[in-house]
Amino acid sequence: MTDIFGLLKGKPGEPDYEKKGVIVQGITGSYGSLHASNMVSYGTNVVAGVTPGKGGQTWNDSIPIYNTMQEAVNATNAKISIIFVPAKFFLGAAREALEAGIKLLVAIPEHVPIRDTMETLELANKKGAVIIGPNTPGIMIPELIKVGIMPPMPFKAGKIAVLSKSGTLLYEISDALTNAGFGQSITIGIGGDPINGTRLIDAFEMVKDIPDLEGMVVVGEIGGDSEEMLAQRIIDSGFNKPTVAYIAGRAAPKEKRMGHAGAIVMGNYGSAESKISMFNKANIPVAKRPAEVPVLLAGKMEKSD
Amino acid sequence: MQLLEFQAKELFREYGINLLRSISSTDIEEGRKHAKELGYPFVIKIQVPVGGRGKAGGIQKCQNDDEFELKYPQVMDLTIKGEKARAILLEKMADIKKELYLSLFLNRSKRCYTVIASAEGGVEIESVKNQIIKEVGLGEVSDELSKEVAKEMGLEGKTAEQFIDTLKKLSKLTIEKEAELVEINPLAIMQDDSIMALDGKFVTDDNSNFRHPELQKYQEKTEIEEQAEKSGFSLVELDGDIAVVGNGAGLVMSTLDMLSDNGGKPACFLDVGGGATTESVYEALTLISKLNRVKGILVNLYGGIVKTTVVAEAFLKAYEDNLIDLPVFARLKGTESEKAKEMLQNSRTKIFDSVEDAINAAVMGVKK
Repeated sequence: MTDIFGLLKGKPGEPDYEKKGVIVQGITGSYGSLHASNMVSYGTNVVAGVTPGKGGQTWNDSIPIYNTMQEAVNATNAKISIIFVPAKFFLGAAREALEAGIKLLVAIPEHVPIRDTMETLELANKKGAVIIGPNTPGIMIPELIKVGIMPPMPFKAGKIAVLSKSGTLLYEISDALTNAGFGQSITIGIGGDPINGTRLIDAFEMVKDIPDLEGMVVVGEIGGDSEEMLAQRIIDSGFNKPTVAYIAGRAAPKEKRMGHAGAIVMGNYGSAESKISMFNKANIPVAKRPAEVPVLLAGKMEKSD
Repeated sequence: MQLLEFQAKELFREYGINLLRSISSTDIEEGRKHAKELGYPFVIKIQVPVGGRGKAGGIQKCQNDDEFELKYPQVMDLTIKGEKARAILLEKMADIKKELYLSLFLNRSKRCYTVIASAEGGVEIESVKNQIIKEVGLGEVSDELSKEVAKEMGLEGKTAEQFIDTLKKLSKLTIEKEAELVEINPLAIMQDDSIMALDGKFVTDDNSNFRHPELQKYQEKTEIEEQAEKSGFSLVELDGDIAVVGNGAGLVMSTLDMLSDNGGKPACFLDVGGGATTESVYEALTLISKLNRVKGILVNLYGGIVKTTVVAEAFLKAYEDNLIDLPVFARLKGTESEKAKEMLQNSRTKIFDSVEDAINAAVMGVKK
């Protein structure tokens, strides 16, 4: 099982404890550059950038740029990388990162072909690496490290784990949680694609044993069956921390792709009803509006007291 | 994208899957010629990119000229699940012994292709009984597995042989074209024990389009959809009267849900993408101005770092340019919202602090 906190934070006594190095692939592009500086402002230890052909230069007069991932990893020993290259070039960039020894790869690009994602996952499995995304806002431990594109304001350090397929809904719901006094121990963006490197059940395995975890929020949407699988896993594992879900897309028509490549209902496969009924079976309330999430969570906490 | 039946069948034909004779047309003139060529009896089939055609009356048997003249226009005029006919397919009538089900799809949670087959096809997949389900990895379906499926379905002799052949060809097609789903339902056993694909469903992975120029000709986009794509937006047209705009697919879906819960009817789903700028919001309003039926616009933006004044500018410019004359009900999260409200004070745009308030106002607003 993946020790996600070990990867993002490390253990006390390690020289890079709470300042794990992150490499940014595609750091000189406008998007990569913007978010690299946002990550730096947030406190993330960005140690290198990679852009083929620009090796030897520095980014923002401070961070070295390398031509290849192998060089960047050799120089920094970083285990985390975030990719900002166009979807067409994702497979190449991901392969390079995994071959160079990256153990946590955050895949930001949208529109990555499914086959390329599946090939990336096959290689990640072989290498014992974790992929977050593609089409994800990223992953963060609020107030410590952000490997992603989230704005900082919605998040606050705390004891609730938030898993979300959608980016803006992650911000919206974390904002509501923060305002209600529920900080977050970790937030994981699953991504809006049909195939996710880290599925909801995988993300659940990463967070369920956090020692001081007080609750979990799952932000799902129509398409696929990862919410159903998660609900079943929660039932089977006997996980009993207060958990609340939200599912977007109840009013969406069938057989239409709703913005995300993965948000499509085919027959009953992927329908909101199927997901909601499975969560009900797992005794997990499903909010009708994002603003209702903290209310339901508070209710659950009262009951478990 | 989901191909039409006749397009899926073009691909089936290319890969050597057995088909009945069929010809597609887009008007009755053309249809009459095809009717002569084909000869009665045949079936008239509406071509729409959604399921449930039979139930909606989109598939009609046709025995003679009189029936043809009556039924062709009837089928052409149908709207099924909001989809108008893109074409009409005339297909020879089949003498069927039995209907099977066969599909290959991308199993999202198992992350591999999966075969579903059944000896009891011809109904919607949810109702197909005795489904045989096999995970097949990322490559083509093997000989061995194809034989196993045929055996489990109880097929024998020539039928089994042709079924195995069909499954392997379907698998090759699925992999080579990077499809998300390819379905033949029904796959028929004919009186002479041969196998024939009577219908075809084909859903591509749009993200791999750049590797498949040969599939480009099947792209059927409305002018508005094309513009949306150019701007990097996602647009789904719906049949209500309140246009729904936001940033991020999840957030827009969520807004659609809440609007429907409150008795509103969405006219479209429009996701302008993660960020929001004066330009992108102005672009979105341009697209909406081209949709019919819209009586109001509901905007839900979670900006994060975006200044709401920047978005307010887009509304003002749209009114100034006479692009829209519709009321806008907007919830803008981000900095400077007080200033944005001031800017829009005398316009037809109202800004709200919560999305719930914006939705209620929109539902009331379009009723007037």
